Amino acid sequence: MTATLTKPLLDETGAPRVRLAAEQVRLAYGENVVVDSLDLALTDGSFTAIVGPNGCGKSTLLRALGRLLRPSSGQVVLDGKPIAKTPTREVAKVLGMLPQTPVAPEGLTVADLVARGRHPHQSWLRQWSRDDEDVVAEALRWTDMAELADRPVDALSGGQRQRAWISMALAQGTDLLLLDEPTTYLDLSHQIDVLELVERLHTERGRTVAVVLHDLNLAARYARRLVAMKDGVLVASGTPAEVLTEELLAEVFDLEARVIPDPVSGTPMVVPVRRLR
Amino acid sequence: MTTTISTRGPGVHTDRRRVLRIGPVSGVVRTRQLLVPLITLVALVLVSAASLGRGDYPIGLTDVLRTLVGIGDPTQQFIVTELRAPRIVVGVLVGLALGISGALIQTFARNPLASPDTLGINAGASAAAVAVIVLGGSSSSAGQLLGGLGLPVAALAGGLLTALLIFGLAWRKGVDGYRLILVGVGLSSVGLAGVDWLLTRSDITDAAAATVWLTGSLNARTWDQAWPLGIALAVLVPVALAMSRQLGVLQFGEDTARALGIRVGAAQAVVVLVAVSLAAVSVAAAGPVGFVALVVPQVAVRLAGGSRPPLLASALLGALLVVGADLLARTVLPVALPVGIVTAVIGAPYLLWLLVRGRRAIT
Repeated sequence: MTATLTKPLLDETGAPRVRLAAEQVRLAYGENVVVDSLDLALTDGSFTAIVGPNGCGKSTLLRALGRLLRPSSGQVVLDGKPIAKTPTREVAKVLGMLPQTPVAPEGLTVADLVARGRHPHQSWLRQWSRDDEDVVAEALRWTDMAELADRPVDALSGGQRQRAWISMALAQGTDLLLLDEPTTYLDLSHQIDVLELVERLHTERGRTVAVVLHDLNLAARYARRLVAMKDGVLVASGTPAEVLTEELLAEVFDLEARVIPDPVSGTPMVVPVRRLR
Repeated sequence: MTTTISTRGPGVHTDRRRVLRIGPVSGVVRTRQLLVPLITLVALVLVSAASLGRGDYPIGLTDVLRTLVGIGDPTQQFIVTELRAPRIVVGVLVGLALGISGALIQTFARNPLASPDTLGINAGASAAAVAVIVLGGSSSSAGQLLGGLGLPVAALAGGLLTALLIFGLAWRKGVDGYRLILVGVGLSSVGLAGVDWLLTRSDITDAAAATVWLTGSLNARTWDQAWPLGIALAVLVPVALAMSRQLGVLQFGEDTARALGIRVGAAQAVVVLVAVSLAAVSVAAAGPVGFVALVVPQVAVRLAGGSRPPLLASALLGALLVVGADLLARTVLPVALPVGIVTAVIGAPYLLWLLVRGRRAIT
């Protein structure tokens, strides 16, 4: 079905193969160190949500994983090779990344936006192969954007726009997909819409997904693994039930809260009580 | 942000696309993006032919054609091939260069206000050129040096130097469009202040010569200006066209472009270098012909549709505007005005009309 299945899913020891890993990375903007000596591995077929308070470095970490930010020390490894030493175009065939609130130029249609996802597969001579056409048509259909294909992206609603970008990422045809707060500025039903689409990418298309999310309850419901960060440090990692505990919420979010089972999905659900301190 | 908006209003086009595949070569052909340059090209040929015939000594179209194939009478031959043809060729090349330069810079900066005019490249080139005109005649050593350099070389150097300064000052691990424009506006006023200072110090004949040069003029252009410009364009234009695909992705901003596998720094550097060089060589040949690089890409994108100024249409529309403006300046108007004045007078209202008519907000 997808490229992931043609590669070994497990390594020699029988554990899931690591696709993308941050190894002892130190991430800084100028003098300002945001993350120091952090390790994080994303295994094949995983669906990870990175959560944490504002400014904890979760988006910075995702940018580093997507080679948009070069670590000042340590390295990011993609399929066993240092990502910084792999040609960016080759990386783009395996690893897709949607930055936070990407902006499409005015007048660009949805079809053209999704077609740009084929860029890493194209060349000066081979600008629009039958393959490109099929993949883009498929991506549009699969994300329910085919009807809107001729609309300019700037004329879409927030939810449709995010769908269009996800459609572009799908057309890029990468096994790995990193999403930086894909639900920002969306109302609740569109947040659900986008996250269900991402979940389908994971379950139906076998994509390895890592997403930065603010909403803990949604993160717990959709992701298979949560990673909690505070002040640039990875505090906890595991299944939603392991990570989202009352103690962790106090420690990471300074929040007194009750954690009860989500009546719909059974995943942990946070009911805030008050802010601590 | 509402869900349903009619998109087929004037000014916004969802283009009909055709796919072209020959062997391993494939691409998308958009009807309007092909039609607009084609029609412009036809208009350009017609206007150029008219321009060859019109002037103080009118020559009929058939006689113009005869001189072009080398069988005209010697007087007409001289007027067409030595006086008028170089002027028109320089006009075409300057228009091509400015159109592409503007389209590249506006796409790169993601801002329709960006152009060699607003970024101060013209101002830098002007300051250097006026320095040559004003100080070149003097006996001081600086004057000797500048005079020996020649006006085109000085303008070229001034333009490139300004561009270097702009990027040195705007560069913060990549170039942000707004920062680039602000730095450019700042340097532009420094350059223009320098021009004013030089003009106030100069004697009246130098000042008059400098003023004509400063408005951009095709008067008295010869093959000496046409050849270097033509050679520069033969190198720069293919590079610009080859960057077209990357431009479409660079337009998304640095993060998305990098995620799509573009080497952003390198691509930006090539785009900017080509754009700046195109502007600088055109200023060196004809002075700073105003408004073409700013207006033409915006006109082109409104006519041809799409999400960014199309390079080919911008180039040809630029050439049409410059040659057409020159024809008007030489024939219809009672006084022979420098072409730079006419390009602004034609270009600006046309853009305003497109802006009023269309629904596109900016780019």
